[in-house]
Amino acid sequence: MFPNPFQYYAPQSLDEIFQILDKYGDEAKILAGGQSLLPMMKLRLAAPSVLIDVNGISQWANVNAQDQSLQIGALMRHRDWEHALDSRVPLLHSTAVHIADPLVRNRGTMAGSLAHADPAADWGAALLALKASVAIQSAHRLREVPLREFFVDTFTTVLEPQELLTEIRIPLPQNDAFVGARYFKLERKVGDFAVVGVAVTVVLNPEGVVTDAGIGLAAVGATPLAAVNAESLLRGQRLTLDLVQEAASEAAKESDPITDRRGSEDYKRAMVNVFVKRGLTAVHKDWQLQMDISA
Amino acid sequence: MNLDATETQPLGKAIKRKEDPRFIRGQGRYLDDIVLPKMLYMAMVRSPYAHARIKSIRVEDAYLVEGVKAVLTGEDLASMNLAWMPTLAGDQQMVLATGKVLLQYQEVAAIVAETRESAEDAASKVQVEYEPLTPVMDPFFALSAEAPVLREDREQKNNHIFHWEVGDHEETDAALAASAIVVKEQIRMPRVHPAPLEPCGCVADYQKSTGKLIWYVTSQAPHAHRTVLSMVSGLPEHMIHVISPDIGGGFGNKVPVYPGYVCAVVMSMQLGRPVKWVETRTENVATTNFARDYHMTAEIGATEDGRVTALKVSTIADHGAFDAAADPSKFPAGLFSIVTGSYRFPVAFAEVDGVYTNKAPGGVAYRCSFRVTEASFLIERVMNTLAYRLNLDPVELRRRNFIGVDDFPYQSPLGWTYDSGDYEKTLNTALDMIDYRGLRSEQQKRREQGELVGIGVSTFTEIVGAGPSHTFDILGIKMFDSCEIRIHPTGKAIARLGARHQGQGHETTFAQLIAQELGLSAADVLIEEGDTDTAPYGLGTYASRSTPTAGGAAALAARRVRNKAQQIAAHLLEVSPEDVQWDGSRFSAKGLSSRNVSMADVALAAYTNLPKGMEPGLEATYYYDPPNLTFPNGAYIAVVSIDRETGQVHVERFVAVDDCGTVINPMVVDGQIHGGLTEGFGIAFMQEIAFDADGNNLAPNFMDYLVPTAVETPRWETGRTVTPSPHHPIGAKGVGESPNVGSPAAFVNAVVDALSPYGVTNLEIPLFPWKIWEVLKQHGLTES
Ligand SMILES: Cc1cc2nc3c(=O)[nH]c(=O)nc-3n(C[C@H](O)[C@H](O)[C@H](O)COP(=O)(O)OP(=O)(O)OC[C@H]3O[C@@H](n4cnc5c(N)ncnc54)[C@H](O)[C@@H]3O)c2cc1C
Repeated sequence: MFPNPFQYYAPQSLDEIFQILDKYGDEAKILAGGQSLLPMMKLRLAAPSVLIDVNGISQWANVNAQDQSLQIGALMRHRDWEHALDSRVPLLHSTAVHIADPLVRNRGTMAGSLAHADPAADWGAALLALKASVAIQSAHRLREVPLREFFVDTFTTVLEPQELLTEIRIPLPQNDAFVGARYFKLERKVGDFAVVGVAVTVVLNPEGVVTDAGIGLAAVGATPLAAVNAESLLRGQRLTLDLVQEAASEAAKESDPITDRRGSEDYKRAMVNVFVKRGLTAVHKDWQLQMDISA
Repeated sequence: MNLDATETQPLGKAIKRKEDPRFIRGQGRYLDDIVLPKMLYMAMVRSPYAHARIKSIRVEDAYLVEGVKAVLTGEDLASMNLAWMPTLAGDQQMVLATGKVLLQYQEVAAIVAETRESAEDAASKVQVEYEPLTPVMDPFFALSAEAPVLREDREQKNNHIFHWEVGDHEETDAALAASAIVVKEQIRMPRVHPAPLEPCGCVADYQKSTGKLIWYVTSQAPHAHRTVLSMVSGLPEHMIHVISPDIGGGFGNKVPVYPGYVCAVVMSMQLGRPVKWVETRTENVATTNFARDYHMTAEIGATEDGRVTALKVSTIADHGAFDAAADPSKFPAGLFSIVTGSYRFPVAFAEVDGVYTNKAPGGVAYRCSFRVTEASFLIERVMNTLAYRLNLDPVELRRRNFIGVDDFPYQSPLGWTYDSGDYEKTLNTALDMIDYRGLRSEQQKRREQGELVGIGVSTFTEIVGAGPSHTFDILGIKMFDSCEIRIHPTGKAIARLGARHQGQGHETTFAQLIAQELGLSAADVLIEEGDTDTAPYGLGTYASRSTPTAGGAAALAARRVRNKAQQIAAHLLEVSPEDVQWDGSRFSAKGLSSRNVSMADVALAAYTNLPKGMEPGLEATYYYDPPNLTFPNGAYIAVVSIDRETGQVHVERFVAVDDCGTVINPMVVDGQIHGGLTEGFGIAFMQEIAFDADGNNLAPNFMDYLVPTAVETPRWETGRTVTPSPHHPIGAKGVGESPNVGSPAAFVNAVVDALSPYGVTNLEIPLFPWKIWEVLKQHGLTES
């Protein structure tokens, strides 16, 4: 359980990182929380000869809210959302508590999870539902990529070897909007990766009409997925029982799971259906409660 | 209320565990904590294939890694006649592969280096060329004529290991044929692993100057391991000093001798330096001895009114590539013949056929006294099926067939003499605790509302404490156990036993037992185990045998001490020994209780003021050969509900009432029950070492081999009845394994019960949610 030998750098600035990347090319790997990279190295499934530890980049350890978006630095840890509830994006808290165990949550970063691109990653599903985008930077260019165009395949994203993921941007709803969200995760035991993960986030106006809806799915495809058809069924509608059921079965259709030891393709599809339904139902209840209180 | 160890008359009291402060504070000393001067580290090269011919092994590149001291291959061992080693089951097992590999992750070469890192680096540099062969993963296929012969070392050219049978075949067949009702069920207990949190390992420290080998090893049976090592290596037994340090769980996994142990010893002897080898998690889960993997078919005959008439069982036992079960020599299928359970079967017959496949060797008795879990699971499951067939409440069926309290000692049709029990009373206690009647009517109501709710009962009987020398031995060594007690001048005692605890609490419970016999407190008695140079010979701790065997020895050794103490007391009290009486804490002159002395007074006198002619000192040793095994029993009841949409099972309640005879420490017993129930829960709901068709192990780590945590573990409610063993010196029976033996059937019976209105009688474990969901879907139950 020891990795292959490697060189270790702990740069303090982006310039330094780019210099090292320039020198070593794709022999180098970024080390953030290490919760995916180090296990793979210990199992000798990954053997980078150079590690660039980015934990010293202090400007990445911030969250800002600007221009109707939440900007999350690349070093924000899972834990940061476990203990904080932002009512504009309740899905972050709802998701964080389901990721791994406290040890992993203390170290692992949201950006690292996205860059790693495990189809079962909980952040992948949640941030797709939130229609987040990521800021990507290399020595030569800066770009912003919607997350829905970010994942290419299992463990593969649009990130080039010389690029860094510096920030995650989540669009924020209007101040007075009601936002309800749930993350449902079927796991075999606590700390397990999802058998099926479903992120649901819905913005409702005071009339109960859906002004925005996001549905993200984990572990039911080659990448985390957004159930875009189900989302568009919801927009502009009230959350009736029929609509919820329709959206849930649409999301199940959009999922693309495979049969393995965690369950059959049919089973996983059915679970997407169940959890989308439960998520939307719960959000609707939250909204009703909210209306009762403010009435 | 948990008491401190300073209590006198401590037997039966919930005294806090003496070992806990060091364990809880991280101050235990486990194998991997041991660091010796000039110590080297060993790593293994392992096969990626389950079945392949080794065409060549090239080790040159490994030597290029800095710090590498030696590389050992099977051919090297063959030149020392050590390529194979005997297993405790009388088979042989490869130490390092020669010719063929027979399981994925099998040991192919060993590397020793200055650091663990370089050993692992070098291991990845060894080049092995394999020619893959067809792997045999299915034990039924293994028995077919088309299956390749896995073990070329054997004269017998097939994959059959042994046939074992017990009981009367003809009479059983006749009784079944004559029975009004016969139910038949196929019950599989899948391959699981004991998965102790601490993996196996050793430090071999051979000192060339003295010729002595000090061997630190994660061993549940240090004395037996010394004997085996002496036989394998040719080292004289007194020149091997085995030290089994604190052990982080064993559960049967630390009974066998593993290839890594032998390699570390060989390397230390060659290099004259200490060599440490500690498994990774994958090495532990994927290569060390597994458990279960029993494929059983059972038939029960019964009368219309639910009296059982006969039991017939046939079993295919998948032992993997080597038969490395740690069963007593005469019992290749362990004590599977306890399969008639708690019921009065007039006749029975059981047979087991052992089979080789391309999987890890075994199977060990995972927290059970040799295949007792398999037997108990089978009978408790099939009795459940019989209850449905008869349309009888499973509790009522059990009552009609229980061995009665007056039937003891009870002679079972498969050859055992059950010592004692009061099955009705144990069951009634459980029924009261859970309010069985109320529960059944609540179940009815909830069913009417569309809920899937089930109640499962398991009323098992165990057989533990191997065992009497007339029947039990391992490699010829009789399965007695021992205790030596020394009382020092100030009245403090050190007791050493041949057992070796791994978390069971011996340091507390045996101190209580001895203190009770000697009028001391548990704090006055230090228990030491695991050092072969100091402790008397014994066969170790597994099969719930420590209290039945070593515990018996401890009580009898203490009584020997007390007998001598009585002589000395007579001298101090100036009366004749017959006129001394013992009230449990002091000796006094008969009829004059104000004239009395304590054990501490006597101890001092044993070294300072003895009667004329008496040998000084106050100590005794006892080797206890138990006259019979002990037969603990229990009644477990599980209540579950099933989420129709997801197939997830929620265990709502679980009541466990155990009868282990005299209780030494109720808190320790509860702890054992909690731990074993948690394991049983894991076995029922989430654990299996499965393989794909290519022989790849699909659960070689804790990401895939699931061990329940406190989060998913149900809340346990425990209770007790006390029916002492008539033959054990303090009336105690073993208890450590009961919960693992008895609980899986309770869980499964409960889930089956939830689905029984839809005709379901049998479900195969582990009960993964997706499996339950498939069943729900078949019956159109997934829509609420
Ligand atoms: C026991 C265990 C259980 C787990 N369970 C779960 C679970 O239930 N759900 C779940 O979602 N995850 C789970 N994880 C994974 C965990 O969430 C990881 O933390 C996360 O996937 C990676 O984040 P990290 O910061 O640790 O990244 P690292 O491991 O440091 O890096 C991961 C990859 O991303 C790259 N990378 C990291 N940061 C950047 C960056 N800023 N720019 C470009 N590339 C970058 C690295 O080079 C590497 O390739 C589990 C992990 C463990 C060890």
